[in-house]
Amino acid sequence: MRITLNNRPEEFRNDEITVSDMLRIKKYTYRMRIVKINGRLIKRDEYDDAIIRDGDNVQMLYLMSGG
Amino acid sequence: MKFSEIKSHLAGYTVGIAGAGGLGSNCAVALARSGIGLLVIADHDTVDGSNLNRQYYFIDQVGMKKTEALKKNIERINPETRVDIYDTELTAENITVIFKDCDIIVEALDKSVMKQMLAETVLGTWPERPLIIGSGLAGYGKTNKLKVRTIGKTLVVCGDEESETSDELPPMAPRVGIVANMQANAVIEILMKRKDHENNT
Repeated sequence: MRITLNNRPEEFRNDEITVSDMLRIKKYTYRMRIVKINGRLIKRDEYDDAIIRDGDNVQMLYLMSGG
Repeated sequence: MKFSEIKSHLAGYTVGIAGAGGLGSNCAVALARSGIGLLVIADHDTVDGSNLNRQYYFIDQVGMKKTEALKKNIERINPETRVDIYDTELTAENITVIFKDCDIIVEALDKSVMKQMLAETVLGTWPERPLIIGSGLAGYGKTNKLKVRTIGKTLVVCGDEESETSDELPPMAPRVGIVANMQANAVIEILMKRKDHENNT
């Protein structure tokens, strides 16, 4: 499937994946982040269940300590 | 547009500021100078000597509650900006009460876990309400790495989104101040668009 991840095209072998799958496949580890699929907020405790499908627009931002 | 017009428009708004450290104190002062009507500021910390390398406090305020010290400093700069303070640690429960009446919320917390908790609570509770996040400001130099990114209509992130504070990469006045002022600038930009919108309808 093809999705848009932070305004860039991304391709995955699977037809659909969870947010946790995407973080694992892309080797996005550890950090605190905000994830939105098609503008909808996916909370941290929903990463294992929230499904990303072909054509979805996924937006992600990292939250770095410091303030 | 004249500053007097900008100021009188901004006087009609309430801005919530979650945290009164490097980001929150500097952002609050910039917004007060610009004439925001009401600032709602929450923090449970006290001013420490080590904060003075970047936070908007004075050496004779060490030991004071940050919320009280910041309210005093803002009163000395622009008494027309009202300041409501909450000396409390933010939680998913109290965030929805403290910032209930805010037009915009500024995330100015220190720890990434707290940033995420606040962001998920605010975005989950009020999907239409603008949230201005600060992320990535540690160290010095690399000014061009600092940027503003808008996600959807209401989420704005200011910072480089990569530099995390540590013993070897401390937060310092210039970069923290830049990001805090980027956040204040984003707040003003969003609120001024509402004026343009009013004028066009």
